[in-house]
Amino acid sequence: MARVEAEVGKPQGGLLKWIDDRFPLTKTLKYHVTEYYASKNFNVWYVFGVLAFVVLFIQLFTGLFLTMNYKPSAAEAFASVEYIMRDVEWGWLIRYVHSTGASFFFIVVYLHMFRAMLYGSYKKPRELIWLIGMLIFFVLMAEAFAGYLLPWGQMSYWGAQVIISLFGAIPGIGDALVEFIRGDYSISDITLNRFFALHVIALPLALIGLVFVHIVALHEVGSNNPDGIEIKENKGPDGVPVDGVAFHPYHTSKDLVAIVIFLMIFSAVVFFAPEMGGYFLEHANFEPANLRATPEHIAPVWYFTPFYAILRAVPDKLWGAILMALAVLLPMFLPWLDKSRVRSIRYRGWMYKTALTVFVVSFLTLGWLGVQPAEGIYVRAAQVFTALYFLFFLLMPYYTTIDKTKPVPDRVVAHG
Amino acid sequence: MVKDKMRALAFTAALLFASSANAAGGGAELEPSNIDPGNVNSLQRGARNFMNYCAGCHSAQYVRYNTIGNDLELSEEQLIDNLMFNAEKTFETINASMRPADAERWFGTVPPDVSLIARARGTDYIYNFLKSFHVDPESPTGVDNTVLPGTSMPHVLAELQGYQTAVYETHEDSHGDTVTEFSHFEPLTVGSLDAEDYDDFVRDTTNFLAYIGEPIRSERRKLGVWVLMFLGFFLIISRMLKKQIWKDVK
Repeated sequence: MARVEAEVGKPQGGLLKWIDDRFPLTKTLKYHVTEYYASKNFNVWYVFGVLAFVVLFIQLFTGLFLTMNYKPSAAEAFASVEYIMRDVEWGWLIRYVHSTGASFFFIVVYLHMFRAMLYGSYKKPRELIWLIGMLIFFVLMAEAFAGYLLPWGQMSYWGAQVIISLFGAIPGIGDALVEFIRGDYSISDITLNRFFALHVIALPLALIGLVFVHIVALHEVGSNNPDGIEIKENKGPDGVPVDGVAFHPYHTSKDLVAIVIFLMIFSAVVFFAPEMGGYFLEHANFEPANLRATPEHIAPVWYFTPFYAILRAVPDKLWGAILMALAVLLPMFLPWLDKSRVRSIRYRGWMYKTALTVFVVSFLTLGWLGVQPAEGIYVRAAQVFTALYFLFFLLMPYYTTIDKTKPVPDRVVAHG
Repeated sequence: MVKDKMRALAFTAALLFASSANAAGGGAELEPSNIDPGNVNSLQRGARNFMNYCAGCHSAQYVRYNTIGNDLELSEEQLIDNLMFNAEKTFETINASMRPADAERWFGTVPPDVSLIARARGTDYIYNFLKSFHVDPESPTGVDNTVLPGTSMPHVLAELQGYQTAVYETHEDSHGDTVTEFSHFEPLTVGSLDAEDYDDFVRDTTNFLAYIGEPIRSERRKLGVWVLMFLGFFLIISRMLKKQIWKDVK
């Protein structure tokens, strides 16, 4: 008895030790947070990863409450969204935050991807982070596409009609595949129901899982930086990279500022321009889906328009679809297309800088062309910029090999 | 650092606004409606116009009478006495008097629900549509509309506006083809309102339709100011925190 009492009376290290003996809590926190070192010279391009995480959380949270009031049926969906907008307490805010969040997800993710292209973050040893990131992007596109059908407006319906019918261009199995996706001979209640299931269960689960793996892979090799050098190669006597600072409290406090600025921009849209001039919420989507009336101008939401412009640039439906799919898939191969010895744009030559500029201009212009009518000069322009888009990738092994690079410094350089 | 952030902000903003600039456009040229969403009197007149001239045929099935009463500063008696012709209880939604089956028989189509018409088509569209009925002997309703040619809607507001005819002009376009284009309206009969008063009547009605498209709009904007003020304050604190934590980083 005495022995037991002595054991009980001994200081045990509190609750934390009790947990640590059973679960690697402190170890995990140290590994991923307080002793995860990232370069101290991160610039503004490095906030979009955290912001994507914030938007993911916003979407999951608002989505949960929307699900409580939304009815996934062709007869009730449109009315239930209006019910949320008008009769549910704070429903309008939840819905606008969710619809705005969808667009901001893409803004933030596109900028996050562009950051990787600026500083060569996809290059060895971060190829896998990039590939997982691309998978996240694909799932995000599917998630957004499924979600856009749910309000059951005219653009929901006809946008889905156009995109799903693309699978019909596949020779042999096309028509059967389209029917399989829709679950019906046209987009119907059945399609809506399964898109709802995908949107609220399957795809978000995949998204969360992939984001987790994305971060685990990142923390294994460490973050890149605007100079594209390995901070791990230059450690102090304490084993800490001399150019690194701990994720917490340094990067977290910096990210907090970025998050607040982001929320200000986000709120400005939610409260003052939730339709964003018809780009975040398309005007035609305020009319319920009508099978018998095609809108005169079907345009997908802005974040798909660069790829939509590529689709329409090709006169043949099958080749258009193939080219569009390639345009989405090609960035996956960046780690192997890019032969440059340096990562960061800071030390690259004029060729890569020019190519990247052409790429950005092409992507933005294609995005703009995607909302213009598919006729005359617009189609011709889309063909030109489609060609430039593909040339950026296809010529990359060549111009990154012969491009003259500048010497890379040993230590990171802070600007501003 | 700050400069970088500002640049990124400007970039993001430019991205957003560059796209919104192209949002409008398409279709015939429309006169601006110049509605004043903050003008409660205009909205009250618009509600009166709507209930008297529109709600007979057009429903606004997502809009409740008491929402209108609260937002337009009307007492329950005022609401019941002046606006509720089709309903018993103030929490009911606005349903048309005309039965859909009758509508189908009389007009060949059921008049669309107008809860969201202003968000779907824009206020300029409604304003111009209501001003653009003109006599057309070939139409079953005796009128057509330059904004929506072939419309099934009769000129419900003829007693106010009077009837007008559309004058067309033919000219040669750049390809040398002759094209006929709408030029202007000429009054045929006199209504009880002069042109200016009719414009105001239509503007108030349009204003009301814009309001029922999104009743929360003014509250949303008011709340937005507070949210941005809070975040602005929080931005200062978070910047101070960041500076404090980073002061030993060389």
